[in-house]
Amino acid sequence: MIKLLTVVCEAALETTLLRDLESLDARGYTVTDARGKGSRGRRDATWGPHANIRIEVLCNAQTASAICKALRERYYDNYSMVLFVADVEVLRPEKF
Amino acid sequence: MPHFEPVILFFLLGALAGFLRSDLRIPGVLYESLSIFLLLAIGLKGGVELARYPLATVALPALVVVAVGALIPLVAYPVLRRFGRLPRADAGSIAGHYGSVSVVTFAVGTTYLARLGHEGEGYMTVMLVLLEFPALVIGVLLARRGEPGTPWGKVLHEVLAGKSIVLLLGGLAIGWFAGPGGIEPLDRLFFDLFKGVLAFFLLEMGLVAASRFGELRRAGPFLLVFATVMPLFSAGLGLATGALLGLSVGGVTLLATLYASASYIAAPAAMRLAVPQANPALSIGAALGITFPFNLLVGIPLYHRLAQQVVQ
Repeated sequence: MIKLLTVVCEAALETTLLRDLESLDARGYTVTDARGKGSRGRRDATWGPHANIRIEVLCNAQTASAICKALRERYYDNYSMVLFVADVEVLRPEKF
Repeated sequence: MPHFEPVILFFLLGALAGFLRSDLRIPGVLYESLSIFLLLAIGLKGGVELARYPLATVALPALVVVAVGALIPLVAYPVLRRFGRLPRADAGSIAGHYGSVSVVTFAVGTTYLARLGHEGEGYMTVMLVLLEFPALVIGVLLARRGEPGTPWGKVLHEVLAGKSIVLLLGGLAIGWFAGPGGIEPLDRLFFDLFKGVLAFFLLEMGLVAASRFGELRRAGPFLLVFATVMPLFSAGLGLATGALLGLSVGGVTLLATLYASASYIAAPAAMRLAVPQANPALSIGAALGITFPFNLLVGIPLYHRLAQQVVQ
C-alpha cells in the first residue's frame, strides 16, 4: 500500500527538510504554502517568519516510517511541525 | 510639527488596524515585492553616493564602525542572562538580533533626515551592509558556546546569500558602477517612489508588530524594559563613535540609528536554523514589537537632536 505522508511545518525549514527527504529515498514531493493555527499560535503567512508550508510525499511504508523517525528526532523538539500518514490508492503505484 | 516624519503615520495606521483586528492584510507577494524594491533602492542610492568618495576614506570608518558594533551583542548577552534570567539560547539569539541592524529603521532615518536637509554621508549604506551579519555570528557563538554541531555552512549561506545582502550589495555595485548619470533614467522609479513604497511597507510592519505584541506581553516586563533601554545604550555608542570619526550630523544620527535598531528579518531566519532551541517569539517580539516602533517614534528624532549637540 502506498502511503501519503504530509508534513506541515514552518517555512524556514524548507531547504533542510527537502534535502532530508531526498536522502531518505523519497522519489518526489509537493510543497505548498500554508497557513493555520496550532499549539504554537496562529501562523498566518503574511510575513516570512510566520509562514508555514505543507509538504506531501507519496512513498512506500518503509520509506514513510524512516522519514517519520528521522523528522521526529531532528525537528520535533524545537520546531513547529505536524506529521501524519495515510493509506492512499494511487494510479501507477510503481512510480513511488 | 516640523520634526514629525509623516510616513510613520502609516505604521501607526497598520498597528491600529492590527489592534482592532481589522481584516486588512497585505498579501505576502506584495510584501516580498515591496521589500525587494526597498532593498534595491537603498543599495542603488548608496552606490551612487559612494562613487563620490575615494574608497580609502570609507575603509577606516567602516572598520571602526564594525568593531564597535560587535560590542553590542557582547554587552546585551550578559544583561539578558543575568537580569533577564534567560536561557543561553534565548540570550544569544536576542543579543544577535540587537547587534544586527534593521533596514527599514535605517530607511525611515534617511527620509527623516532628508526632510530636514541633514542627509548623512552617502557611504552609510555600506555600514548598513557591514553591520548586518557579524553580530549574528557572535550571537550564534554565544548561544551555542561549546556545543558541537552548529550548521555553520547553512547559517552563513542563509545570511550572506540572503536576499537582503544580495540586493543591498548588488544595488551598491550597480549604483557605484553606473554613477549618478547612469542611474538617472531610473530615478523616477527608485528614488521618487521610494517614500511611497516605504509608507506601504510600514503599514504592513504596523500590522505585524501589533500581532506580535500579545506574545511579548506574556514574556514579562524584563523584555519590555530591555527593548527600550538597549537601543538607547547602542545609540549612545553610535553617537560617540560617529563624533569620533568626524561624521556630519546626519551621519552621526544614522550611525546611532543603525546601532540602536534590531534586525527582525535577516536575524530570525538565521537564528531559527542556527539556534533552534531559542524561542523566536521573544526575539521577534522584542525587536519588532517594541524596539522598532520605539526607534521610529522616539529614537530617531532623539538621536538627531543629540547628534546636533555632539557634532557642535
